[in-house]
Formats: sequence, structure tokens, C-alpha cells
Amino acid sequence: MQTYDLEANGLRGLNAALQAQSTETNQTSWEVVNPKGSHAIAVGLDAPIEVTVKGSTGYYCAGMNQQAMVRVEGSAGPGVAENMMSGQVIVDGDASQYAGATGHGGLLVIKGNASSRCGISMKGIDIVVHGNIGHMSAFMAQAGNLVVCGDAGDALGDSLYEARLFVRGSVKSLGADCIEKDMRPEHLEILKDLLERAGSDAKPEEFKRYGSARQLYNFDIGNSAAY
Amino acid sequence: MKDMDDQIPRTLPIQSATFTNPINAEIRRAAATGIYDIRGGGAKRKVPHFDDLLFLGASVSRYPLEGYRERCDTSVTLGTRFAKKPIELDIPVTIAGMSFGALSGPAKEALGRGASAAGTSTTTGDGGMTPEERGHSSKLVYQYLPSRYGMNPNDLRKADAIEIVVGQGAKPGGGGMLLGQKISDRVADMRTLPKGIDQRSACRHPDWTGPDDLEIKILELREITGWQVPIYVKVGATRPYYDTALAVKAGADVVVMDGMQGGTAATQDVFIEHVGIPTLACIRPAVQALQDLGVHREVQLVISGGIRSGADVAKALALGADAVAIGTAALVALGDNDPKWESEYQKLGTTTGAYDDWHEGQDPAGITTQDPDLAARLDPVEAGRRLRNYLKVMTLEAQTIARACGHNHLHNLEPEDLCALTMEAAAMARVPLAGTSWYPGKEGF
Repeated sequence: MQTYDLEANGLRGLNAALQAQSTETNQTSWEVVNPKGSHAIAVGLDAPIEVTVKGSTGYYCAGMNQQAMVRVEGSAGPGVAENMMSGQVIVDGDASQYAGATGHGGLLVIKGNASSRCGISMKGIDIVVHGNIGHMSAFMAQAGNLVVCGDAGDALGDSLYEARLFVRGSVKSLGADCIEKDMRPEHLEILKDLLERAGSDAKPEEFKRYGSARQLYNFDIGNSAAY
Repeated sequence: MKDMDDQIPRTLPIQSATFTNPINAEIRRAAATGIYDIRGGGAKRKVPHFDDLLFLGASVSRYPLEGYRERCDTSVTLGTRFAKKPIELDIPVTIAGMSFGALSGPAKEALGRGASAAGTSTTTGDGGMTPEERGHSSKLVYQYLPSRYGMNPNDLRKADAIEIVVGQGAKPGGGGMLLGQKISDRVADMRTLPKGIDQRSACRHPDWTGPDDLEIKILELREITGWQVPIYVKVGATRPYYDTALAVKAGADVVVMDGMQGGTAATQDVFIEHVGIPTLACIRPAVQALQDLGVHREVQLVISGGIRSGADVAKALALGADAVAIGTAALVALGDNDPKWESEYQKLGTTTGAYDDWHEGQDPAGITTQDPDLAARLDPVEAGRRLRNYLKVMTLEAQTIARACGHNHLHNLEPEDLCALTMEAAAMARVPLAGTSWYPGKEGF
């Protein structure tokens, strides 16, 4: 276990050390102490290492992550795991705005609640939120799965593309072109896998599925009232 | 009686200066279709521009340098503020961001070839970086756009600089739309969207809003790339003083200011013609902001939007810019709107020089298309050679002017070398009206 005191040694040293790890590294376990809400902690990683942040983080923790498993033992500021490509990010507390924004792959697990615009423009990432999510989540979401074990706020999935949205609780309102869809066996399988990997005991059968009506895919002046 | 009527002088038919034939045609088109006009390119209306400025040249108080004999340097280094590896260019003319998707693969390759041969940089666009583009560009700027189409850390680390796009001159405050007919399998795959659907590019970034957030976003990008490469911030010209100041405050190495003549792949005509300010009007306020913050020349300023010649380059630099970027002019150099395609332009209902339906993917020149047959019309080697020649000519022209003004480097050009032909240009460029020592806004009138 490598321990890095962020307050004492600074952000550049941390990210440089973590980014220097290769696939063959034997320094596979890292602990970051005294994060104190710092921004850009553990960004741009690309090795199969485990990083545990002992406290809450600021903006963009684990941004553009590849391969690594990053755990935040606290809450995360805006844009946690933004543009993640692969690997796993776990937030034990709550996540602020834009969690998992534009992510291409990997799994983001938020044990608490996520604020607005969770999964905005997601491009293949899987996101599991144990609690609730805020308004405009999955706005223009292109691909991947967003699983919400609690409730969803206003305008869920506005201008959605091909991402799948699963919500167990209530949905305050659906955004433009987002509709409820049938839950087919393959969707229950996807949900089962994601819930297991995210450590949730929720049952797939308790969820509803939402997706794109695909009515806004090609510009049509007749749809102008939807914008 | 009839004979008398014939002898009375008649009022001639008078065309309205307000309801002109083009305006009336557009009203009729809108009435027939119910949809606004979408097109490519930048503002076509006449606005105060570099043509409204003149160089004074040498005189008794200033002596010139000998053309063809005395050296006039053209190099520029971008990103000296924080980056460990600033971009060093041989000429102060760069290629602006244009996407693979909006442009064909051969066109992107040609831009890389031409820019590299001329010793300058080219820039990606929405949709990400292609291996061909990286391979043919000795210096490649990677755009970080609101859509984040194709954005990934591996390509980010391959870039020689990163350009965070806040806006562009053709449509400050607007996003974009790549229509479905240009979405080939490859373009769709790069953007993680189904083939054939319109691909909307968002108007604002998904994970930051405002200058305080931008500062943190820049920090993140620097941490991901190890503080190696410069980070540009590109804005459409609207409030150039404040946008420049805020970009500097956020930590930008380079500010790119794009005037309303700057082109776009596709946007509503009403947006292009009625939002934003002319290129000429944005340079002095941007330079003023840099000077007020004590970072002029430390944070470089790149100006774009309607740059066509070495004279335009020299004028932009004289007003305080460090470099310029060209987009539309580069496409013309490749072969866009070439008269040899006139018969095909006419089939599309347009004519040489006016073709701007770049979004429809039917470009006869094979540049703004994803149609394989049309794209094959452009030879990237030959087109790259034309671009290199054009860049070379622009540089020679700018050097000619600089020598005439007595300068041994293009960056030594200064506002005092200029005068204005019109009151508007004098006010915007803050240089005296020709033959006077006064410009609007200057004290002592």
C-alpha cells in the first residue's frame, strides 16, 4: 500500500505518480489522505491499480479514467469520472453535478445521491446510483446504462439518443423524446449484472425502463414545439 | 388624350433598398417551406474589415528594409505561459479547427500536409482525431468541444496543444448540427451515435459553466497531460475584452478570438449574419485586456475570421495579435468553390463562389462531403501542395509589408503603422483616419 499525503505533497506529484504506473506495476494499491476537496484528484490514470481517497473530493475526481479502480470515501464534487473510458469509480457518499459526464466506458457507482445532469452526454459508461438523481440527468445521453435505485428529477433523458435508463422509484418528469419502454428479458439481465457489480440488493423487476422515442433524431420543423 | 399620356414623364420602377430581391426571395422561400435557411461559411454581409485599413510604409522618420535582401522573421511560439512544450511555428498563420465529418478524410489529410509543409499547425474539430490527420500534421491542436465526440485521453496526449472551444465567430452561443446525410459508418462510430441521424453538437460544455469552472477544467486537462502542452481557449467574438480577461484568469496559454466572418460547417443564416461582431472590432479590445493584465505576448492572441491574404495577416499582427488562423481561405486553397465545378454548382442551384450548402454533403469539389465518390475527387497530395503555396504567399506578402514599414520581424508591426479609410474602421481598430491624427473615441477631438 502506497500512501500519499495530498496536502503535504501536492496534486502534481500525486497524478504524476499514479499516471506513471504501468500494466505490470506491483504498486497496485494506493491511498490518498488529506484530499480536503481538492480538484482533479487521480485524473488520467491508465493502469489496473486501486486508489482509495480518504475523504471528499472537488471537481473531476478520476476524470478520463482508464483501467483503474478509484474509490472516494466521502462525497465527490462536480464531474466525477467525467469522460471515463474504462475501470471503476465508486463514491461512498453523494456526487455533485455532471457525474459520469460524457463517459465512454467503465462503471461509476454512487452509493448516495447524485445531483443534476448525472450521465449527461454519456457515451457508453454504466452508472449506478443507489439513491436519487437530480434534474436533466442523461441529457443527450448517447450510449450506456444509467441505473437509479431511488427517484429521478425533472426532465429525465431529455433529447436522449441510445442510452438505457432504469429507474426504481418515481420520475418527476420525462424530457423531450424520452419515453417509458418495455422491460424485456435482456434488459433484466443487464440490470441484474449492474446491480450485482454495484453492490445493490435492489431487484431488477422493481425498475422501469426509459429510452428514446427516436422522434427527434432527424431535424423536422414539425417538431419545433418539442424544443 | 392617349397621345398626351404617352408624353408624360413616368416614374421609373424603383427597387427597395430594404426589400431587395434577395430579401424577397428569402421571404418567399420561408413562406413556402416553414423553415429557416441553414448554410455553411461565415457572415457574407459587408462589415468593416481589414480592407478598410492601410499601411503607411516608411517615410522620413522611418526607414524600410531591403526587400529580398534584409531578413524579416516570421516565427512565432504559442503557449509560453505554462506549457513545458510550447508550439513553435515557422509562420504566424495556422489552420483553424474543422472536423472530420464536416470535411472529408482527404480534405483533412490535405490540410495536415499543407500546414506541415509550411511549418505551421492544423487543428481537429468536432468528432475527434483521426490517425490520418495526426499522421500528416507535424503540429496538431486537439479541440475540446462541448459535444466531446471522440474525446479520449489517448488522443489528448498525442496532441501538441489543446483548444477548449467556448464558441466560434459564426455562431457565438450556438451549437451545431451535422446532418444525417454526412454521417457515414466511420463518422457515426467516432461519435458513438447511429448512422444517418442528425448529430447535434451542444452549445455549452456538459461539465462546467462560467470562468471559475473553466479554471478547474484547465487544471484537470493540464494534470491529465502532465502540463506538457499549451491550452488554448477559443471564443466567438462578442465581448472580446472580458472574454480575453476571463480566459487569462482561468489560466489559458493562448486566446483564440474568432470574428463573425469565421466559417461554420452548418448553422442558421440568421445566426451567422446577426450574432457576433466583426473580426476587426475584436482585436484591439482583446489586446487591451492582455495589456491591462500585463500578459500581452506572454499569453498569445490568435485572430481568425475572414483572413485572406498576407495584408490581412500583417494588419492583424500590427493590431497586436501574435498569429492568425484560417479556415475558409484554406478550403478555397484546397479547391472549394473552384470555377471548374461550375456546371455542377448550377445543378445544385448555386454558382461558383456562392456555394455554401456544405452541410448537405454534395460538394462537387469533394471537400465538405462524406460521399466516397465525391471525396475521391480531391487529391490530398496536390491539394496539400496548393495550401502550402498559399501559406507561403501569405507569408511573403506579410513580410513585404513589414519590410516596407521598417520591421525585421512580423511581430514588430504596430498600430502606428496603420491608418483607416473609414470612420468605422478607425473606431474599431483605434488607428487614425487616413490623413488625420484622430480616431473616434480618442480624446482631444
